[in-house]
Amino acid sequence: MIERNAAPRKIVDLLVKVLSSFAAVIGIFFLGWILLVVVQKGSAAINWEFFTALPAPPGIEGGGVANAIFGTLIITIIATVLGVPIGALAGVYLSEFGRSTRFGALVRFNINVLMGVPSIIVGLFVYTMLVKPVQHFSGYAGAVSLAIIMLPVVARTTEDMLTLVPNALRESALALGAPRWKVTLNVVFRAAKSGMITGTLLAVARISGETAPLLFTALNSPFWPESLAQPMANLTVTIFNYAMSPFAGWQQIAWGASLIIMAAVLALNLLARVGMSGGRK
Amino acid sequence: MSEMMTETNHVNDHSLARSAPDDQVRFITKVPDRPRDMEPQTIVEPKISVRNLDFFYGSFRALKGNDLDIAANKVTAIIGPSGCGKSTHIRVYNRIYELYREQRASGEVILDGENILAPRYDLIKLRKKVGMIFQKPTPFPMTVFDNVAYGLKLHYKMSRGELNARVEKALRDAALWTEVKDKLNEPGTALSGGQQQRLVIARAIAVQPEVLLMDEPTSAIDPVATAKIEELVEQLKERYTIVIVTHNMQQAARISDYTAFFYEGEIVEFGPTRKIFTKPTKKQTEDYITGRFG
Repeated sequence: MIERNAAPRKIVDLLVKVLSSFAAVIGIFFLGWILLVVVQKGSAAINWEFFTALPAPPGIEGGGVANAIFGTLIITIIATVLGVPIGALAGVYLSEFGRSTRFGALVRFNINVLMGVPSIIVGLFVYTMLVKPVQHFSGYAGAVSLAIIMLPVVARTTEDMLTLVPNALRESALALGAPRWKVTLNVVFRAAKSGMITGTLLAVARISGETAPLLFTALNSPFWPESLAQPMANLTVTIFNYAMSPFAGWQQIAWGASLIIMAAVLALNLLARVGMSGGRK
Repeated sequence: MSEMMTETNHVNDHSLARSAPDDQVRFITKVPDRPRDMEPQTIVEPKISVRNLDFFYGSFRALKGNDLDIAANKVTAIIGPSGCGKSTHIRVYNRIYELYREQRASGEVILDGENILAPRYDLIKLRKKVGMIFQKPTPFPMTVFDNVAYGLKLHYKMSRGELNARVEKALRDAALWTEVKDKLNEPGTALSGGQQQRLVIARAIAVQPEVLLMDEPTSAIDPVATAKIEELVEQLKERYTIVIVTHNMQQAARISDYTAFFYEGEIVEFGPTRKIFTKPTKKQTEDYITGRFG
């Protein structure tokens, strides 16, 4: 038996360490770069007018995205109101009632597939269902397509969070004579509360940056929305349109809109983090 | 003779009326040729009569033809090695196993003359009557007060004042009041393990059950807290029929009036605790209580 030389092992160890650290740095590097550029270019566009004015026609200086901010808020709120309850209830079904059933497994599989459906397909689907038949784009069609994207995310997070609640807790509530729905609402939800809030916030963050599904549904508009049945201005499609335009003023506004969305998504993620650490205490 | 007494006491019991007389003799000890000179035992009207109870986890048969009588206002201990079906057995008494789809029971469990395994037996009524304490303390994620009030609010409508009084009463009965009276609005999970277990007992007795099932209630807590809970069991048996599963034979000997020894899903021996621990009739029981296996 000959003693192995330790040197090659140490070299391989070092190599792996260096390579993996390098890969990690690349991830941070690009995020940092994107943040830097967006903040640099975007901050130049941010001023009072940006938040309060309607978009200016091409060639005319100034203008803002007030209607797009408002539209994005409205569409996101409606999508959340539609998507969260349905998603959360589906998650409750998967965790509490369909955990080991065939139907539960079928639903879980479909939800996983739905989660992987490209958002542009969801946009096209809603276009054929809600836009084509009425012959015009609309805010509600945009909200529905975002809700569809949100639904599987909320369902799976809810299921995961509820599954983490130990069965001993369910048993002791049932043993007191509580019906199953009360056990779920009063005890299981309460135990999973922070995780569910976190999941919902992350789902909201996810949809607030979506563009493709809105392109075919809410489209965009240079005006204040008068009803949900009309095309509705929103930040992401504004970015898409303005960034591709030849006008320097519009490109500037696209950077500004990017900065707002990024800040909002970052804020939602931070909020979710705070919620998570608060729940762990 | 115990068999005779039990038999007469069961004359009105519909489950027994159908079975043969030698079956009735068998259920007490499952030893037909048991010596007749055993000490007299007085099983008064049993609170629960288990007849021919089988239990399945999927296709695995975990309980095999269990027959057992649980005396009212006494403590019945269930002992036996790990995996012998002790917990499985008492989990049938409140049908809590129904949470799991693959588990099922067959046979009869007669509580106050009604078979609780009958599908139409009202589960909520059953669980109000039969409370349960689990191995690990399970305070709900809410305040100490709300934990105790939870079951009360499920089953009764009452004024805030009465609710307060009943919560206090339950906490006093669980020997916890003095320790938590200034912490009623703190989360139940903030209490120590032993306190949590007494909180759970308070929550269970607040709804005024008639039977208390305890599934190794002291195995997850320290000796001092264990002593408190054993003391509590002693006091509670005046008002409740208690069935306690325990791994600890000293505990069974200390606190129970009757003991059933389970082995591989069967009730090997059942009788007054003193007799089981001093003069067991079965070799297996003797080997287990003297520590030769298990």
